[in-house]
Amino acid sequence: MDNRKWREIKQQMGFLALRTSALIIFIILGILLYFLFVRGIKVINWGFLTKMPENGMTSGGIFPAILGTFYLTMGAILFALPLGIMAAIYMTEYAVQGKVIRLIRIGISNLASVPSIVFGLFGLALFVNYCKFGVSILSGSLTLGIMILPVIIRASEEALLLVPNGFREASLALGATKWQTIYKIVLPNAIGGIITGAILGVGRVAGETAPILFTAATFYTMKLPNSVFSEVMALPYHIYALMTEGSHPKEQKAIAYGASLVLIVLVLGINMIAIVIRNYYRRKKKW
Amino acid sequence: MVTTNRMEVKNLNFYYGQNLALKDINMGIESNKVTAVIGPSGCGKSTFIRILNRMNDIIIGSRVEGAILLDGQDIYAPEVDVVEIRRKIGMVFQKSNPFPKSIFDNIAYGLRINGINNKGEIIDRVETSLKNSALWEEVQDRLDANASELSGGQQQRLCIARALAIEPEVILFDEPCSALDPISTAKIEELINELKEKYTIAIVTHNMQQAARISDYTGFFLLGELIEFDKTEKIFTNPAKKQTEDYITGRFG
Repeated sequence: MDNRKWREIKQQMGFLALRTSALIIFIILGILLYFLFVRGIKVINWGFLTKMPENGMTSGGIFPAILGTFYLTMGAILFALPLGIMAAIYMTEYAVQGKVIRLIRIGISNLASVPSIVFGLFGLALFVNYCKFGVSILSGSLTLGIMILPVIIRASEEALLLVPNGFREASLALGATKWQTIYKIVLPNAIGGIITGAILGVGRVAGETAPILFTAATFYTMKLPNSVFSEVMALPYHIYALMTEGSHPKEQKAIAYGASLVLIVLVLGINMIAIVIRNYYRRKKKW
Repeated sequence: MVTTNRMEVKNLNFYYGQNLALKDINMGIESNKVTAVIGPSGCGKSTFIRILNRMNDIIIGSRVEGAILLDGQDIYAPEVDVVEIRRKIGMVFQKSNPFPKSIFDNIAYGLRINGINNKGEIIDRVETSLKNSALWEEVQDRLDANASELSGGQQQRLCIARALAIEPEVILFDEPCSALDPISTAKIEELINELKEKYTIAIVTHNMQQAARISDYTGFFLLGELIEFDKTEKIFTNPAKKQTEDYITGRFG
């Protein structure tokens, strides 16, 4: 009897610890959002989202930064998504699973843990200086693209491996080539997972500062970008610049919080889209 | 002696790496007959049937010695196109594996990848193969439904229809009923019996009664060797080898 009671107490304590942990995480996230919202919402209005900065960044909008972040993110995806998917297909469907592939996988995992500032320096050396793309959307996009490659490759590989082998065998047994099997059977069944992974990658890239610090971002520009070789303003860097430079800290700080709120809403929105897409494919999935 | 063997297996050895999985197999698979392969788990019967349409090519480090002839042509000869071989020798798997597509598209897929794009012809052949696999009555008014909505037995018949649609010469069945209930099993057995009029059939089964019911010839495999191969009747009433007798009388396995 005593023993049983003691067991129950232990169980309750266990549950309590788990529940508290979940609650703490929820509270931290809540405080963060609340803090940003309260400080940021004051400056946000239609003009803030659509206008150029004015009076040496102490008033006006953040439109060029939003646009720049959009361009950089799209550029990174355009570069990394096809490359990542194709690499993942090669590694899961074609390559002989041996030492070489294992080595490549380890390499990719390590790539994922390289600090983002190192990617920034790498992008500066390779794209800005060696390839002579200059500080530009192109250099920044490529740098960000390389940074999210591991995320995309791993998400794609996992999605491909989830496709039952029976589908591949059935297709091959019908006289399909390996490529037909991949293109018409495997990929359509993996695409949900791949897209979800890619979008989560986007969410990450949109908020990165270090990789674009030397490769794409500029503190202030009068004109909107007109080619891939233009340098751009970007939200994360704009926030950094507002907080560290300039002569009107008070006004700048308000704008920085507004920009932060915009950025976090953007990233959460992107993640939300990923969740919706994932749920859509999960419902559609019939195996 | 005149043979009507559609396929012939000659001195077949099969290796997984260094491991000899099948030893010196010789047997014929006669046209328009059902040839069954029986044996205890791990005897190599599934490995054997997957060699017959080169599905085992996928396995890394595997090696085939000897010859597998289809209409006199060695299917492992270097100039042979493996895709063409698999088109001629269809396969139905142990676990029913319809694609996550509609019933119609499951069958149309095989036609399309084999270059048939005429819509009318696809519709005709989908209908014919569903009729030939005794599934038409049950699905004719819901061809757009996802294949996953079918029962296990229906899914397996859909897989048979899918294999039939591209008009192979030989159909291989790898334990097609092992996951099915008795009624579904009976339907598939009946179907196989009808299909042999048009096709040459080989079936792997661990169900001896099934082999006795539906096959004309039976091969008994044990530990990678073909112990005995003969008319089904002979194997089940008067086997020549002691091991065969022990197995069919249920003394082991």
